[in-house]
Amino acid sequence: MLRLLGSAGRPLALGELAAALDLPRPTAHGIVRTLREVGFVDQDVASSCYRIGSRLHRLGTAGWDRHDLRARAMNWADSLAGSTGCAVYLGVPAGAAVSLVHHVFRPDGSPQRLRTNSEHPLHATALGKCLLAFAPTATPAPRELDLERYTGRTCVTVAGLEAHLASARKRGCATDVGEFEPGIGGAAVPLRSAGGLAVGALGVAGPIEQLFGSGGEPRPRFLAELFGAAREISAALGATW
Amino acid sequence: MTERVIAAIDQGTTSTRCLLFNRSGRMVAVAQREHRQYYPRPGWVEHDAEEIWRNVTRVVPAALQQAGLHPENIAALGIANQRETTLVWDRRTGTPLARAITWQDTRTDGIVVQLAGDGQAPLFAEISGLAPATYFAGPRLRWLLDSLPGAREGAEAGDVLFGTMESWLIWRLTGGPDGGRHVTDVTNASRTMLMDIRSLEWSPDLVEVLGVPHRMLPEIRPNAEVYGTATTVLPGVPVAGALGDQHAALVGQTCFAPGEAKCTYGTGAFLLMNTGPRIAESTHGLIPTVGYLLGDAPVYALEGSIAMTGSLVQWFRDALGMISTAAQIETLAGTVPDNGGCYIVPAFSGLYAPRWHPEARGVMVGLTSYINRGHLARAVLEATGWQTREVVDAMNADSGLPVTRLKVDGGMTANHLLMQFVADVLGVPVERLLGSEAVSLGAAYAAGLAVGYWADLEVLRGNWHRAAAWEPAMDAELRRAEHENWGRAVNRSYGWARPAEVGRRAPTRGPGTRP
Repeated sequence: MLRLLGSAGRPLALGELAAALDLPRPTAHGIVRTLREVGFVDQDVASSCYRIGSRLHRLGTAGWDRHDLRARAMNWADSLAGSTGCAVYLGVPAGAAVSLVHHVFRPDGSPQRLRTNSEHPLHATALGKCLLAFAPTATPAPRELDLERYTGRTCVTVAGLEAHLASARKRGCATDVGEFEPGIGGAAVPLRSAGGLAVGALGVAGPIEQLFGSGGEPRPRFLAELFGAAREISAALGATW
Repeated sequence: MTERVIAAIDQGTTSTRCLLFNRSGRMVAVAQREHRQYYPRPGWVEHDAEEIWRNVTRVVPAALQQAGLHPENIAALGIANQRETTLVWDRRTGTPLARAITWQDTRTDGIVVQLAGDGQAPLFAEISGLAPATYFAGPRLRWLLDSLPGAREGAEAGDVLFGTMESWLIWRLTGGPDGGRHVTDVTNASRTMLMDIRSLEWSPDLVEVLGVPHRMLPEIRPNAEVYGTATTVLPGVPVAGALGDQHAALVGQTCFAPGEAKCTYGTGAFLLMNTGPRIAESTHGLIPTVGYLLGDAPVYALEGSIAMTGSLVQWFRDALGMISTAAQIETLAGTVPDNGGCYIVPAFSGLYAPRWHPEARGVMVGLTSYINRGHLARAVLEATGWQTREVVDAMNADSGLPVTRLKVDGGMTANHLLMQFVADVLGVPVERLLGSEAVSLGAAYAAGLAVGYWADLEVLRGNWHRAAAWEPAMDAELRRAEHENWGRAVNRSYGWARPAEVGRRAPTRGPGTRP
């Protein structure tokens, strides 16, 4: 079906597909409908004809361009910083680290330095742990990581890290309670593209007492804003639920 | 108590949007509809004003619905618009006599050449601050009066009205044929070539030279006052703010002190600097303009525009196929440490401020076997950086107020490599506004000030938040050498188009007061 559509040089009608493949119309329709649902085939609204889908070109390429990610996330990241009063980061896997693709300052007028393009440890940051938990094929396994200690709260055992990742998967969100920088915590959730694949992590960061309740859980208000922004960005990346 | 917000309509070149802002200046909803671009002949670009009005009637309810709000939750409405786009319509029927002629349209080059030939250019420069150019609204109005049957007679009888897009929308919103308010805001009026830039009134001399019946002109009003109450779309809501888009961005970026400057990076880039109560005479081809009139006295601004910034990246993507999305140019540029000695001068339709060489054409210089796509991507981005530098240098010279930091907004601010380069070549920090919606925010600010939603400019300053800052990091010697290389590249773009081609494909003269 895909080879036929790819070689036709013009959109094809269902009847043409069925005839060329020697398939009954209902069978051809079932196949082409499935391909359309996953974005590998596009259907022209006016003529109802089918052609190769735009998403097919992404297959086999190395995921999302980091600057495309930033461009699609920028408005929502700004809005997240505005509604939470926190700094916002967007990270992608880069070997044994998380690379910061985007950074929005904490909107409080304090002097801050842009951290875009810097790399942070996977095991000691909310963004990094989020990628370990939700993008396991794009990141090293916990036992392959160098679990360096940055603060007194850094998790430096494989078992401890794995326990955190398991709970992050359950909550849908990874956290950092001063494990990389003393006093500064963060929470991060995955950004998903087509097929639900996690392609990056979106996180907020700020003083621990601001982000976390007395029980050490992230405050629900922040989580709701974070999940909301991640949902909007993921929709812009082609994720469907 | 239900939340009250300010609504802003951004009537732009390609789309009409409605945004809602809360008291802290945060956007709570946005809805958008694009409108059709008409290209009836080479150099002509038109919009259907009825379509734009229909889009307003759709995007405003859509934004309200998104936020779960109703007209009674809207404290006031402000309008930002595409400035020099010109319309005439029938007062009795509310119907436009023709499609609106947009700011990019160059059909008035004959009128402009004739004004210059008649020796009228100094009069326009003296009174309006503008040298005649196809960019401005006045010559378009003249063209419409000359070309549409019955237009001049109708205007003289008081039945045909002129306006830019905010005039049209305010008139429709406040009743249209049934008592609609016929006004224009002072920033748009300052770009018609018909307004006295000092008195802020229509100049009888200039109106006469362009042969415009006075009865058809809207009343010139400040940027923040209640022009009227909406009878439709947002019934009962005060229509209380209007600004040209770049002036709105100046307000949205809270550039309220002399010397403060903002640059909006889109398809092109527009740099405006607050010059306070002073009308800066430009000897470098910048445009003196009314920045805004929010209180008793006008604040003036200098404007420098760069024709090709985002559009050069689009060309790199669409015409050369080097990248598949605009954002990927940063990825490609990041594959090399520097430009490899390659420079691109995007004088695709001549060079604008501050050089004004209509016969220049684009060049790519310094090509060697070493140059690859990454170097070209860098050269594309660096062209925007250097053009910004040239406009800032001209502003520093003309205003006597050196730019000490540049506030930026617009889509291209997503490109961090570019923003770092701008900071590097300017030698001053570049700061991105949180939210980046400076144009709409400025229109909302004007409307909110008019109805007391915000108390004063200081409150608005408190709403400005830095989303990112880029500090200059380039070695001074390298900056000097690269600046010189850029200048040498620009020199090579001069004198390419032959005289016959210049008038057809490029502006015949630069807008600005260069003698």
